[in-house]
Amino acid sequence: MNVIELKNIVKTYDMGGAEEVHALCGVSVSIAKNEYVAIMGPSGSGKSTLMNIIGCLDTPTSGQYLFNGVNVSEMDDNDLAKIRNKEIGFVFQTFNLLPRSDALHNVELPLIYAGVSASERKRRAHETLANVQLGDRVHHKPNELSGGQRQRVAVARALVTRPSIILADEPTGNLDSKTGDEIMMLFEELHRAGNTIILVTHEPDIADHAIRVIRLRDGHVEVDTLVSKRRTYTTAPAMAS
Amino acid sequence: MYFFQELFEGLSISFHAIRANKMRSVLTTLGIVIGIVSVTLMSTAIEGINRAFDKSAAAFGTDVLYVQRFPWVSNDDWSTFRNRRQLEVKFAARIERQASLVDAIAPVVGTTRRATNGNNTVETAFVTGTTQQYLLASGGSISDGRFFTSEESAGGRPVCAIGATLAENLFPHEDPLGKTIRVGGYPYSVVGVFEKQGGLFGQFTTDTRVFMPLANFQTHFGGRRDVTIQVRVADQKQMEDAKIELEGIMRQARNLQPGKPNDFNINQQEILTQTFGPISATIATIGLFITGLSLFVGGIGIMNIMFVSVTERTREIGIRKAIGAKRRTILMQFLAEAAVICLIGGFIGLGLAFPLSLVIDQFLPTAMPLSVIFIAIIISLTTGLVSGFLPAYRAARMDPVEALRYE
Repeated sequence: MNVIELKNIVKTYDMGGAEEVHALCGVSVSIAKNEYVAIMGPSGSGKSTLMNIIGCLDTPTSGQYLFNGVNVSEMDDNDLAKIRNKEIGFVFQTFNLLPRSDALHNVELPLIYAGVSASERKRRAHETLANVQLGDRVHHKPNELSGGQRQRVAVARALVTRPSIILADEPTGNLDSKTGDEIMMLFEELHRAGNTIILVTHEPDIADHAIRVIRLRDGHVEVDTLVSKRRTYTTAPAMAS
Repeated sequence: MYFFQELFEGLSISFHAIRANKMRSVLTTLGIVIGIVSVTLMSTAIEGINRAFDKSAAAFGTDVLYVQRFPWVSNDDWSTFRNRRQLEVKFAARIERQASLVDAIAPVVGTTRRATNGNNTVETAFVTGTTQQYLLASGGSISDGRFFTSEESAGGRPVCAIGATLAENLFPHEDPLGKTIRVGGYPYSVVGVFEKQGGLFGQFTTDTRVFMPLANFQTHFGGRRDVTIQVRVADQKQMEDAKIELEGIMRQARNLQPGKPNDFNINQQEILTQTFGPISATIATIGLFITGLSLFVGGIGIMNIMFVSVTERTREIGIRKAIGAKRRTILMQFLAEAAVICLIGGFIGLGLAFPLSLVIDQFLPTAMPLSVIFIAIIISLTTGLVSGFLPAYRAARMDPVEALRYE
C-alpha cells in the first residue's frame, strides 16, 4: 500500500473579491514506502502548497488525500495535528528550533505532544541525537550550535517519533555546500535505513540525491521520473486538462 | 496523565517566557499586585466594619427590649413624636407586676457629669441611674467586682459600677475597686468594673458609663428625667409575644384609647441590625466595585501583554503546531502563562496586604480572614484565565502555514 496517495488535488486561494489563485490544479501523486522523492519546481509552481498539503499543515480545496489509506483531506485541525505529530517528520530550511530550549528539549517536544512519559522521552531523545552524531551536544541551545548541527537537531526531532515520512523543505538552503552535503548524506543513510523521504527543493544538485523527481509547473505535475533509470514512468492525468 | 504533561509543559514554557522578559513581567505583575492589594484591603476593612457593628450591637443584648419615648430608627417626621410625654419610673413597676414573658426589668435614667478621681478627670461621663436588675436586662457584664445589690439599690447607697474605659481613665495605675470617685461632685464608692465592649456606638456601650442606684441619681441629678425601661425577655423565641404584651401594658398605663397611636416605642437590637445590614451591604458593594476596577485594569494589562507575547511568538506557535501541538495545547500554554503571572501577582499582593491589614486593625477590630486569602488567589487566577483567554485563543487558532512563514 502507498504511504501517500493524492488524487486530483486542487488548492485555490481566495485573494479577496473575485480574484482566485489556483496553486494546485488537479495533482495526482502516489508515494510508496521507502521511496526517496524530490519535489521540484520554480517559485510559484505550487510546490510549497503541495508540501503543506502532504505535511497535513493545510487541506486541499478538492480532491482526495489518503495517508496510509486514511482519508485526511477532510480531517479537522485536531486530527491533522495528531497525524503531523505521529506520522510526519518535518525538516525546515530555517531549522525552526525553539531558540530558548536546548537540543534535548527540542527533540523531546513531539514526544511531549504525543503523551510519552518523561523517562521514555529522555531515553529516545538521547538515542536519536546520538544517531545524528550529536550525543555530546544535547544540552546546547540552538545559538550554541553550528548551522549543520542545528539541522541535525531538526532531523533528530523529525525522526524521534519514527514517522511514516520525512518531509524536508529546502533542508540545505541555509547551509554552505559542505555542510549541505553532510545533511544530504544523512538523508541517504536514513533512506537506506528504510525511511520514506520527500524532499522539496529548487536545486537540481540536491534533487539528484533522490531516486524519483516530481517536477511541478503552474500547479500541474510536469514530469515524474525515476532518476536512477532516467525514465518517465507516469504522467499525471491532470496534464491533459 | 496527558493533560498534566501538557499543563507541565505549559507551565515550564511560561516560566521561561517570564524570565526572558523580566521588566515586562514585573510591570504586568504590578498591575495585578495593586489590584489584589486594594481588593484584599477593602474586604478586610468591610469585614472590620461588620465585626465592629456586631460587637456594638451585642452591647444592646439580643433578648432585651427597650421601652422608650422615641424610636431608634424612623422614617417618620420628627414632629410626629416630638410632643410625646416622658416615660416614668413607675411604669417599670407596672410592667413587673403585669408582664408574664419577661424576667428582668430595669428603669434607666441618664445624664452626663464630670467624674473625677483625684487629678484624673473625665469631663463627660454618662451617668446612669438604675436598679440591680440592670445587669440582667442589658448586654453588659462585670469583669471585676460586682454590680450593686438590691439592698444598695433600695437603700440608695452611694455605690457605683463603672465602664472599662472610664476605669482606665480615672484609675490609670490602680485598682478602682473600693476607691471613691466623685460624680458631679458627689462621692461614690466603686464596687465593680464592666467588661470592655468597644464598638461603634460609644455612649450606648457600658465603657464610658457610671452606674448608680436610681434613688441616688434622682436625689443628686434630678428626678424628672425621661426613663428608658429595659426589659429582658425570658425566652428569646417569644420576643414578638413579649413586645405585644409590653405594648398592651404601656397603652394601659398611658390610658390610650383604641385607635390612637402609641406614644412610646419598643426598641430592640434587631432594629439596628436591620438598618445597618443594607447600609453595610451597599458600602461593601460600592467599595469592592471601585477596588475591583483596579484589578480590572490589571487584567487589561495582562491581556495586552499576552497579545504582544502571542504575536512575538507566532513562529514558535507555528513550529509547535507543525510538530503536533493541538489547539488545546497552545491554548493551555498561553493560559498557563497568563495564570502564572496573575498568581505571582496575587501572592505578592497578599504579602503586601497582610501587614497593611494590621494597620487597619489599629482602627477596626479585624484580621485578614482566611477566606479573603483563598478568594484573592482564586480572583487572581480567574483574572489570568479570563484576560489570557482571548490572546490564547488567537494563538490556538493560528494557521500553522502562515505562522511558520512569520518573520
